[in-house]
Amino acid sequence: MRKAVIQLETLSCPSCMQKIENAVKGVNGVHQGSLKVLFNASKVKVDFDSETIAINDIEKAIEDVGYPVIKSKVKLD
Amino acid sequence: MQRYILSKKNSITLISAILIALAFFGRFSIDNWALIIASILGVAPIGIQAYQALKVKVVSIDVLVTIAVIGAVLIQNYEESAIVTFLFLFGSYLEQRTLNKTRSAIKELTELAPESALKQMENGEYEEVDVDDVEEGDILLVKTGAKVPVDGTVLIGEGHINEASITGESVPVRKKVDSEVFAGTILENGTIQIRSDRVGEDTTFGRIIELVEEAQDSKSEAERFIDRFSKFYTPAVLVLGIIVWLFSKDIELAITILVLGCPGALVIGVPVSNVAGIGNGARNGVLLKGSEVINDFSRVDTIVFDKTGTLTIGNPEVAEKEFYGNNPEDVLGYLASVERESDHPLAKAVLQNIGETTLSTVEETEVIKGGGIVAKIGVHRIAVGNVALMEKENVKLSEKAKKDIVRFEKNGNSLVLAAVDGELKVLMGIRDQIRPGVKKDLQKLKLLGVKNLIVLSGDNQGTVDLVARELELTEAHGHMLPEEKSAYIEQIQAKGQTIAFVGDGVNDSPSLALANIGIAMGSGTDVAIETSDVVLMNSDFSRLPHALGLTKSTSRNMKQNITIAVGVVLVLLASLLFSEWMNMSIGMLVHEASILMVILNGMRLLRYRLRE
Repeated sequence: MRKAVIQLETLSCPSCMQKIENAVKGVNGVHQGSLKVLFNASKVKVDFDSETIAINDIEKAIEDVGYPVIKSKVKLD
Repeated sequence: MQRYILSKKNSITLISAILIALAFFGRFSIDNWALIIASILGVAPIGIQAYQALKVKVVSIDVLVTIAVIGAVLIQNYEESAIVTFLFLFGSYLEQRTLNKTRSAIKELTELAPESALKQMENGEYEEVDVDDVEEGDILLVKTGAKVPVDGTVLIGEGHINEASITGESVPVRKKVDSEVFAGTILENGTIQIRSDRVGEDTTFGRIIELVEEAQDSKSEAERFIDRFSKFYTPAVLVLGIIVWLFSKDIELAITILVLGCPGALVIGVPVSNVAGIGNGARNGVLLKGSEVINDFSRVDTIVFDKTGTLTIGNPEVAEKEFYGNNPEDVLGYLASVERESDHPLAKAVLQNIGETTLSTVEETEVIKGGGIVAKIGVHRIAVGNVALMEKENVKLSEKAKKDIVRFEKNGNSLVLAAVDGELKVLMGIRDQIRPGVKKDLQKLKLLGVKNLIVLSGDNQGTVDLVARELELTEAHGHMLPEEKSAYIEQIQAKGQTIAFVGDGVNDSPSLALANIGIAMGSGTDVAIETSDVVLMNSDFSRLPHALGLTKSTSRNMKQNITIAVGVVLVLLASLLFSEWMNMSIGMLVHEASILMVILNGMRLLRYRLRE
């Protein structure tokens, strides 16, 4: 399992958290319970299985709902 | 395409503003066309966001607004459709600007994080690398003016480092070989080579940032409730709009409900207060671990201090002294010479007080248990110790000396007497000093509504009582072991008091954890950061009243914001039912204004300072 910290462009709309949450949860291979969307820090923290998916898949899901990703960090857990 | 339109949101807002102005002031035949173009341009980015939201099964505000605007266009009310889209876009532009302001305090902190490092490569040369590429054990070079990239140990060189980002203390600290250096601190002069010991999030600075970042987004029970509520609220508004339309066949009314029902200020109100409050704290040396902590701390009515050392300097000093007879200089020289032989804490205080003096050779030193020291200097017999020792040495105490002794003891001093050849020469009173300013700080805490100030200490009851009296504490208990302290806290908690426990986090972890709020006086050290709810950086006691006042203001601010948000929605819906003038544009205006109001209200916390 890996831990990802994804930095997004500044989040400012109140309903975007829910959008991002649902988008990331919809990706196969993420640990839903670990997902945290940090509104003020504009970050997404989530654990995922590296065998099933790559970090790019999660990034793409977030960008598809309209939130550009600035950078991601992945750590082995 | 989608991304292009979204990135041009600000220009679209500007263009639609111009078009609307043209339509209103022009009064020519173009007016309807200008409004139609403004509506279509304006709804494009909102519609894209709505589509993206629906894709992941979220009924967001964008969805409500898009449907409302399309409805308005269908019934050919172009004025409404243009103004509503413009207000929505302009509102979110202002939201972003003001939100950035409220987050600025924490941003300033995270921007202090080092970004690059000079790393020694295999060929021995230094190369600039991203700080993420530095690993434990790497050899790094830090030049004058640069940030220390990681926590490490100095291998070569020396210099002065400003550690303000970690300790809050801006006086530079001298570092030499084997000194510890910390990530995020700045080398003001010199050049050092260091070995990397801890990197990234494991460094002290990394942990502080992580803590603050987590804290600004932590949620209280109330907030989680609001989040769950809003998940159902927006779809419910949509359903309500559809029902109204089916029954009344009044599209105008139905789409007005969609706009009025937007829950904007509700979702954003509490996080905004939270980030501004925690940001203010971070700027002022107070780390607050989230909104739950803010709420609990604001309700504290009892503050327990872990030991006299928190209130006192913790370093006994000579507070009073009296000389008897002539030649005090010689006597002090003798006294220092004898005390130099001892490692008793009182002896240290005495030496510190005397400072530089002429030292003599001491012979035949004899330590009297529970009394002091007797020794010979040349032909003189010197006795240094307590009253019991003086009696044993048959030293005569004059009436004045006896009175002085009583007075010194009453003031809470430990006594050191020195006699030369059986005659008393010096009397010194030694005690721990109250930290400067503590009394005023405690007064401020009382003004903020704290009813009980209690000290629990391992010291003897006499010393503790004295500190308590001088500082006007409500209770003071001496002779306490750590487990007795936590038992005591449990006992007063059972009485229904909300307790904050102030400790240094070293051996008080049970009490820190047990109290409703654990406050660590730390210089950002490990244990303190982990176990406590609030950290006072650099052990600065004067931050405590600020911290309490800030949490009270922040907690109040959150409640104001919830009131504003809920109040606005209720008023809007009520006026829709009972008044003539309510329409979509006014609804959107009030709605956006309420969002700005909660953000601006939250922003006030950034400037919060404790009133004198």
